[in-house]
Amino acid sequence: MTEYILRFIAGGVIVSAFATLGDMLKPKSFAGLLGAAPSVALATLGIAVVQHGPQYAAAASWTMIYGAIALGCYSVAVCHLLMRFRVAALPATILAFAVWLVVAFGLLAGLGGSA
Amino acid sequence: MLVKLSSAALKQTHGYEYAVRFALGGLVTVAAGLIGSHFGVAIGGLFLALPAIFCASATLIESHERRAKEKAGLSGRRRGQQAAALDAAGAGLGSIGLAAFAAAFYVVVSASITGAFVSAVLAWALVSVSAWWLRRKLRTTSDHAGAEHGVRSARG
Repeated sequence: MTEYILRFIAGGVIVSAFATLGDMLKPKSFAGLLGAAPSVALATLGIAVVQHGPQYAAAASWTMIYGAIALGCYSVAVCHLLMRFRVAALPATILAFAVWLVVAFGLLAGLGGSA
Repeated sequence: MLVKLSSAALKQTHGYEYAVRFALGGLVTVAAGLIGSHFGVAIGGLFLALPAIFCASATLIESHERRAKEKAGLSGRRRGQQAAALDAAGAGLGSIGLAAFAAAFYVVVSASITGAFVSAVLAWALVSVSAWWLRRKLRTTSDHAGAEHGVRSARG
């Protein structure tokens, strides 16, 4: 239980810190870089290294590359839904999540985990 | 426009919006850990790059822009969507940096744990900012080329 409380606090603090920095930055396209900040990764990999060691964390970071590629596709999908199809931000970000899932799991199925 | 850091935008954000981000960030981090322990490290790793609070951030940006336009007596719906789309475009470039973060961490972690975190964060920052700068340069160059082409066509 303590581990999950620690995860919750670490994740919340790191995500909030990057989001607040993003609010303060201009122009918006530059602030958007922080939308892909490694906030969840920093908290999770830190705990993974302590709990399971560097090999486990390395394996997680390898498939994280697939997740990052999926995030790029997700962002493009959100852009198109907002600009071409004029969907509001909340439904656009939720609908595009299907793109993230398909690309991330497609890459994992096609290329596999770390050796 | 140069990159600027201003605290003025923080005044637009309500207390509950900070709370929502904190809670979402915490929940997604807990979920990533649970997925990793139940389905294995390979699937858990995917979720380290989950667009966790992107829906909250984009909705927040959209509503702030809409409110600002509506205060000026204009319909802010389209402007809000455009602002959220700009944020998404930035996140798309940032995702290249996120992949660099993961690759740097993967390469360095077996040699040094501290070194892995430091090099991963540096790789993320360097690649993200370079991608943003490069896109900006390319857009400026193509805009200039377009303008010159327009002038030549008008003369001819």
